[in-house]
Amino acid sequence: MDFGLLAFSIFSTIAILGSIMVILKKSPVAAAFSLVLVFFAFAGLYALMGAHLVAALQILVYTGAIMVLFVFVIMLLSQDEPVNDLKESSGLFKGVSVLGILGLMGLLIRAVLTARGMVPTGTLTDEKIVSMGGNVRLISEGIFTDHVFHFELTSFLLLGAVVSTVALAKRKAVSGGSKA
Amino acid sequence: MTSLEVTLMFVKIGIVLLGLLVTVPIMLFVERRGSALIQNRLGPNRMGPFGLFQAACDVIKFIFKEDRAPGHVNKFYYTIAPWIAVIPAFMTFAVIPFAGSLTIDGTETHFQIANLDVGVLYCFSVASLGVYGIIMAGWSSNNKYSLLGALRSSAQMISYELTLGLSIIGLMMVFQSVKLGDIAAAQGETLMQLGPVSIPKWGVFIQPVGFILFLVSMFAETNRLPFDLPEGESELIAGYHLEYGSMRFALFMMAEFVNMAVASGLITTLFFGGWQLLPGFATLVHLIQGMGLLQNDGLVLVLFQGMSFVIKLAFWMWFFVWVRWTLPRFRFDQLMNFGWKVLFPLGLINIFVTGILIYKGVL
Repeated sequence: MDFGLLAFSIFSTIAILGSIMVILKKSPVAAAFSLVLVFFAFAGLYALMGAHLVAALQILVYTGAIMVLFVFVIMLLSQDEPVNDLKESSGLFKGVSVLGILGLMGLLIRAVLTARGMVPTGTLTDEKIVSMGGNVRLISEGIFTDHVFHFELTSFLLLGAVVSTVALAKRKAVSGGSKA
Repeated sequence: MTSLEVTLMFVKIGIVLLGLLVTVPIMLFVERRGSALIQNRLGPNRMGPFGLFQAACDVIKFIFKEDRAPGHVNKFYYTIAPWIAVIPAFMTFAVIPFAGSLTIDGTETHFQIANLDVGVLYCFSVASLGVYGIIMAGWSSNNKYSLLGALRSSAQMISYELTLGLSIIGLMMVFQSVKLGDIAAAQGETLMQLGPVSIPKWGVFIQPVGFILFLVSMFAETNRLPFDLPEGESELIAGYHLEYGSMRFALFMMAEFVNMAVASGLITTLFFGGWQLLPGFATLVHLIQGMGLLQNDGLVLVLFQGMSFVIKLAFWMWFFVWVRWTLPRFRFDQLMNFGWKVLFPLGLINIFVTGILIYKGVL
């Protein structure tokens, strides 16, 4: 069996099972751990496609940093309150959820069926990437020369988000007394 | 791949795995006797000469001790947590080069398991997975001290990972590569000539501030004193591994020692020339090559390069022990303030200054 296909099957199985576990796990911390597994499997899939930089950044940023923060916040806020209890939700909610899931699934199947056989081709081939100095150099040059404006704009957006979060948290602390 | 390449691959993986596994008992010994030396006492010296067999006794004890899990733990995560701590620790070493290259039968081989395009980013990303072992252990133990240890460790890792990343950006700018193989090879050049002494282009001479930042954040990332707050035995009893015993506890210990080895390997490769020969070794290599004991001249060179790497790595391992028994533990708010208000801005300034120096053509 082809090694690539084998690795793809393993990683995609992990990703799918992990996603199911994120939904089904009662404890929020366990659900977050499952999400870590999903992100890790995604990184494996990216690496399989030759996008090593994206894979490394996926692990570094999402798995290694953002999910640690998620787990941190969940542990700090609620020890282990069970969530996602479907028995408590109303009939209408369940119906809408099922309809939404079916619609999304139909859309996905449609997309896969349409895209079958269409291989996206750009100007960059694997050999060309290697001759131009590899993924890392190519992507970083792209970000910091041609797309530097978008890059800086994104960082301003994030800065704005941080400032507003701090402002909101501070206001709550002042009006809500000493406990914050 | 030819069969020779496959064989070489397995040989390289074998060398690294064995090397890391051997490190653990050696470090057990060094940590015990080293701490005794620093604290002016004897330390365990009954088993074998100089107490050398104490580590073996410890291993036997760990294996044969009853492996019992407390009833109140979350079984699944409790069981896998030690493995999640130890496996990334071993994986990280895959991109660290431990010797130069050797040509056998016309095939050139680099002594590095994988020369990935992303290089040092791979190290950081895999190393950042190790924290889940600690978090899972702390959470699944269902014990408030363990949980506090896990919380501390996640906050600490996140904060110091930033400094860790920033500290080597200057270095990457100078060497224009993120591949550890390239960085190690580039450090063989001479930076300047002071009379008879030639100073090599090692990272530490080019990026002294970066080196200090990297060193400090590595201590935080490996949870070693003065930053071992996730354990903090005087405050949290033993922190995240409080509920662990026998072999499972040994796995956490192993993860710590292997992480130390990886950290030392990274410090060596990035800032101390990696496998570049130590001063004086070049003469020795010429001497032995002249004697003609081995057919392949390259083999002698590679052996001495490997030796240089191991000696440098061993020094930094000793440095970890040395610091552990010299400095007291930080308080948690001090740790956070130090990370965010001192190291982080310093890292940014370092990148800025390096950029100016490169623009001016100094570096």
